[in-house]
Amino acid sequence: MKRQVLVPAAALVLFALAWEFLVWVNDWPDYKMASPSDLGPAFWKFRGLFLEHGWETLWRTVAGLLLSVAAGLVLGMVMGLSRVMREALYPLLVGFNAIPKATVVPVIALIFVGAHDMNTVLIAFLISFFPIAVSISIGLSTLEPEYRDILRSLGASRFTIFWKIALPKTLPEFFGALKVAVTLAFIGTNLMEIVEPHGRGLGYLFDSGKISADYPLMFAVLIALALLGIFLFYCVVVLEKIFAGWAERSET
Amino acid sequence: MTEDGSGAVPAGEKTPRIELHGVCYAYRTGSGRLPVLDGLTFACATGSFTAVVGPSGCGKSTLTRLIAGLMLPDRGEVRLHGEPVRSPRATVGMAFQNPVLLEWRTILANVLLPLEIVPNRLTREERRNRARELLALVGLAAFEDRRPSELSGGMRQRASLCRALVTRPEVLILDEPFGALDAFTREDLWQTMHALRREERFTCLLITHDLRESVFLADRVVVLSDRPATVQVTMEVPLGDERELDDLYGTEASELQAELRQQIRIAQQARQPEPAA
Repeated sequence: MKRQVLVPAAALVLFALAWEFLVWVNDWPDYKMASPSDLGPAFWKFRGLFLEHGWETLWRTVAGLLLSVAAGLVLGMVMGLSRVMREALYPLLVGFNAIPKATVVPVIALIFVGAHDMNTVLIAFLISFFPIAVSISIGLSTLEPEYRDILRSLGASRFTIFWKIALPKTLPEFFGALKVAVTLAFIGTNLMEIVEPHGRGLGYLFDSGKISADYPLMFAVLIALALLGIFLFYCVVVLEKIFAGWAERSET
Repeated sequence: MTEDGSGAVPAGEKTPRIELHGVCYAYRTGSGRLPVLDGLTFACATGSFTAVVGPSGCGKSTLTRLIAGLMLPDRGEVRLHGEPVRSPRATVGMAFQNPVLLEWRTILANVLLPLEIVPNRLTREERRNRARELLALVGLAAFEDRRPSELSGGMRQRASLCRALVTRPEVLILDEPFGALDAFTREDLWQTMHALRREERFTCLLITHDLRESVFLADRVVVLSDRPATVQVTMEVPLGDERELDDLYGTEASELQAELRQQIRIAQQARQPEPAA
């Protein structure tokens, strides 16, 4: 337990020191590259804004993720349980996923002008549901027939088989995909926050830092985003431990 | 073949537990029909232990799925205790070569799974006692709280047998359950099967490609011909209920194994030569 905390903490300190040293040795001004020692004052100066906009970003990302999970589950189930639907939907999904979401942002922003919350949540959702849908569909379609036979030979319904076997068996893949989706959802939220005029959230804060050439603020936003990302990622890890901890092999 | 009294026979003590009457089945593949069973007819008396052997790919596993009601024959009929099988029924337990235990459940919870599906009047405590009774019988009493990944292959297969038997099924279908185990573990499992049979009442049908196994476990061995399979020959096993591994090397058992091997060879030779690649 001690090692699990000390090793990452030491790595973090080393990283900050190297960063500070790099800025100092090159004598970069803070409008070229902010150093870690600039970040503290930046955070303190805008502490109210950070809390407010950090919260905006967080809840929108989580809302987008929840939508992703719901839609990904449904799509994944449809594709995992029906071969025809899989063949029909796969090319569509892959094509949609291939479109860079940065190009979708202005389109969405135009369709729903002014609906900041909805736009942001929508982009976070659109960018992150794909890995969830794919992992669920693969998990379901690769279920060994014997698992189904064990329950079917006892007269179990399709729903019972799904609930008792197929769904829990897919959970490890689902959580793997969710970890990827968390990062993607953050990208989505921030893209929209930066692009939309009169936006809110950390993306907006980043944009105002850019406009006022406040480089320490911009870097502080990046760090805040990293912290939120770490926080959400480990939330998923905790959920995974609770619901799919059985899939972890003990180190023996 | 269904004209010989389709299901109208009243079930009595003399009614065989498992009956197959002229069962035909063909798989539909991209290149047409592949017949695997062709007029299969045999019956297993209540409480008997029948082993089915035959060349690889002769449709043995198809046979288990038909008896379990997971598939329906193209022609002919499968009957369990006189009643035609048209859908899966709770009175059948199954175990496969792959123990297919649920990794997220403990061994005890795995064994309890069928009792969550099959309607029964048992209380929670009664179910657990039933599962524990079986686990004790196969030597897994100390492992009920472990996860399947913590157990060896042989132990997992023991748990799989307990799961198949927990509902007290009338029919137990075993599809090469010991096929993936090493020789010594397999012999241990054979002894366990005898122990289970002494305590539990079931009619067993064992699919295997191990002739020693068929002789050691079964009362009767059915040899299937090559695909499409029919019954080539049926042989009684001349060993009593109490069997030791050494009995396998006695004169009678040795002769029976030699005869079975000869029959398998005949079945294999009947196979159409594969077209040269």
